[in-house]
Order: sequence, then structure tokens, then C-alpha cells
Amino acid sequence: MIKTDILIIGAGPTGLFAVFEAGLLQLKCHLIDALPQPGGQLAEIYPKKPIYDIPGFPEILAGELVDNLMEQIRPFQPGFTLGERAETIETLEDGTFVVTTNEGTRHQAPVVAIAGGLGSFEPRKPLIDNIGQFEDKGVAYMLKDPEVYRDKRVLIAGGGDSALDWSIFLSGVAKEVTLVHRRNEFRGALDSVEKVRELKHQGKIRLITPAEVVQLEGADRLERVVVRRNTEPAEDIRIELDTFIPLFGLSPKLGPISKWGLEIEKNAIRVDNTLDYQTNIPGIYAIGDVNTYPGKLKLILCGFHEATLMCQSAYQRINPGKKYVMKYTTVGGIHGFDGSKKEAPKVVVKAID
Amino acid sequence: MSDILIRIKDREGNLHEVDASTDMNLNLMEVVRSYELAPEGTLGICGGMAMCASCQCYINSDHKLPEKSDDEEAMLSEAFYVRQESRLGCQIRITEELHGLEVELAPEES
Repeated sequence: MIKTDILIIGAGPTGLFAVFEAGLLQLKCHLIDALPQPGGQLAEIYPKKPIYDIPGFPEILAGELVDNLMEQIRPFQPGFTLGERAETIETLEDGTFVVTTNEGTRHQAPVVAIAGGLGSFEPRKPLIDNIGQFEDKGVAYMLKDPEVYRDKRVLIAGGGDSALDWSIFLSGVAKEVTLVHRRNEFRGALDSVEKVRELKHQGKIRLITPAEVVQLEGADRLERVVVRRNTEPAEDIRIELDTFIPLFGLSPKLGPISKWGLEIEKNAIRVDNTLDYQTNIPGIYAIGDVNTYPGKLKLILCGFHEATLMCQSAYQRINPGKKYVMKYTTVGGIHGFDGSKKEAPKVVVKAID
Repeated sequence: MSDILIRIKDREGNLHEVDASTDMNLNLMEVVRSYELAPEGTLGICGGMAMCASCQCYINSDHKLPEKSDDEEAMLSEAFYVRQESRLGCQIRITEELHGLEVELAPEES
């Protein structure tokens, strides 16, 4: 069981900054995120896009903002459970919460802050009637252990970076790699596109474009797929294979959080914005894009503000009755849990002869 | 200050006639959201960067629209329910030429 003061669900900018504000109050944080890396949307969807409305940064790339936040919170030694989705929550007799992920990792904390953004990112599944029947029986939406595909016949569908990168990688592992995409053009890093072209000419990747997988066939397990070439007239090809891997990106879903008994409105969690962004369940807060209240704006800078007020309220909850006055970092400096110390240099007072 | 009229069929098949201002640098996705013609969180998810296809719509009138950018073309090539007349609403700026535009929202991807 992982124990912490504030359990943050979602490692996007709001969740990351909450670690900093909590750290100033000597509260420890642990973050859970379904994505394999911190940063949320910024890291997953648009790391190379410039953002212009972060106070003090006339322009900053989304990916850089994540790097900066990670650097800023480093002294407060946050824990991370990445690549796992927060699934269930239970309240113990002492009023603390236990959150369990889809992989069974358990976390306990007196305060839970949901900073879940648009929800957890789930693979987009192609619209093929019987695809559900073959999930985990020859259809995989995510690649975790490439060794599973050693000497197997795989077919990847998609036209983005992940389809290209995995085709390249698996061409050195699998027996056969087929890449199917609806257009002749791929959208990905230029060198990945070049590499796939090279591997195609070496006969290591079979490229079928413009085409799409339209049908799956097999008795118990997936045995073959029907690929429809979008030529005039269309031509159907049956391909025998072991695994079909559709890589059409990720889309966010509020997911299991919506069943935690929280008040949901407009696909977001209703909070008390007059005070501390607490939900209808005391001790559970919702901050950033995942919450809603009158006048809500889904902006990173609003998420930072919400995280700050949430931490003040969390402090009172964890330390009831304890007197505390907010301290400026220019005055108090930063005392990391790692023993590091940052503070303003002392002014020299000295007479000039 | 000028408004144009746009006819939008929502995902349930209901028809809405809405006014859209041409002087606010709005795009079609934002117009749909401002009138809440689709539940929050189901349309315009990426905020208008052509990085999701949640604002996909079918253009049912023969207005002359701006060409698709590479980004839009690429996103549509990975979207579902795509038709010949598919566009991403976020890539269509509201201008006076679009007066009378007829639009149908594409189904939500499950």
C-alpha cells in the first residue's frame, strides 16, 4: 500500500503544480496517471505546441512547461504510479481513502485531489463489428511487451507516429509486419517515414495504402483480416496473421471516476468554487479541467490557482485546528523533502568608507 | 458587426438555426459549443488544434470552404464515420461567405 498525504489523480500541469503548493505546506503527494509519462495532454497530444497564456512566459512549448514543472516539484519528491488508471475508491473507518488502479496498485491518503483533465486516455477503437470478440485474442490496442510478437505475423493499422514507430521496431522482431493506412501520406516524424520507406524496399514491411481493415475472421482467436484497398474498384485481400494492432491514437474518457458518487455535470465534476474546489464528498477535491462551476474556464493558469486553494484546504483537513499563515516563497524559501534548500540571498548591510 | 445564419443538425437529428458572428475570430466548432448543441466534453476535445476528430461534421450545402490543411487532412484520415463531405469544424473560420451554411454533426466516437 502506497501512503501519502495528498493522492493526486492525473499528472497533467494542474496535478504537477499541486505537488509544489502541497510541498510548501510540508504535505507529501503521490500521483496516478493512465499515461506512461507525466504531463497529461501537454505531453501526449501537443508537446511541440507553443502556449502563450502562462503568466510570466510570453511563449513556452507545452513539453517545456511539463519539464519545468517537473523541475519545480523535484525537491518535494512526488511518487508516481504511471501507466495505470485509478479504478475504485473506498473510504476507510478513519476517514481516509484507498484508491486502487486497474493493475491492483493500492494507494491510501486522507485527501484525494482529482486533476484528471479530460479523463484518462483510452485507445480509439476502429469501427469493425466483431472487434470486441477478438480483444486479447489477436487484437491489441497497445503494445507493452514487444517480445510477445517474436516470430509472429502482425498487422498494424494507422498513419501516425505510433503506427510508424512500432512497424519499424517490430520489423526486427516479428516474422511479418504489414502496415495498413487509409492514405498514402503518413503523419509522423520525417525520419520515421523515411525508415519505413527503406524497410518497405528491403521487403521487411509490407505496406498497403490506401486501404483499411474492414473485417476480422477467426473461430476462437483472430486468424485473418480482410483489408480493403481503396482503389477503383475496391479490392479485398485476406491476410493471415497472429495479431492485429490498430493504432488510431488515444481519446480521453472520464471513465471509472464517474462512478465514484461524485456530482457530475457536463462531463465534469461539480465543485465548490467559493471555497476550495471540494466535491460533494468531503476530502475529495477536483481541480483543473476536470471540474466545473459557474464561470469555469479550462485554462492551465486557472488549474494552478485551483491547486493552490485546494492545498490550503487539504492542510486544514489533515491538521485540524493547527494555526497556519501562508508564507511567500520570497520569505520562506523552499525546503525540499530531499534536504535541499532554496532561499533569497541575504542582503549585505555594510557601510561604505 | 455582422452575424450570419448557420443551420446545424445535431447528433440526435434536431435542426438548429443559429446566428454566428463573423468578427470574433470564431470557428464552426466554437459556434456549436457556444450554443451547447453537443454535450460538453464530447466535441472540441483538443480545443481546436485539429488533433482529435470530435468536431467532425458533414457540410451539406455547396458553400466554398477553405482548403483542408495537411493537419486536417491527416486527422480526417484517421477519424471514423468519415465521408466525402467531412470537415473538422475547428478548421472552418466563420466568415460572411458562409451565410446559410448547412452542417450536420458527425456521430460521437464511442
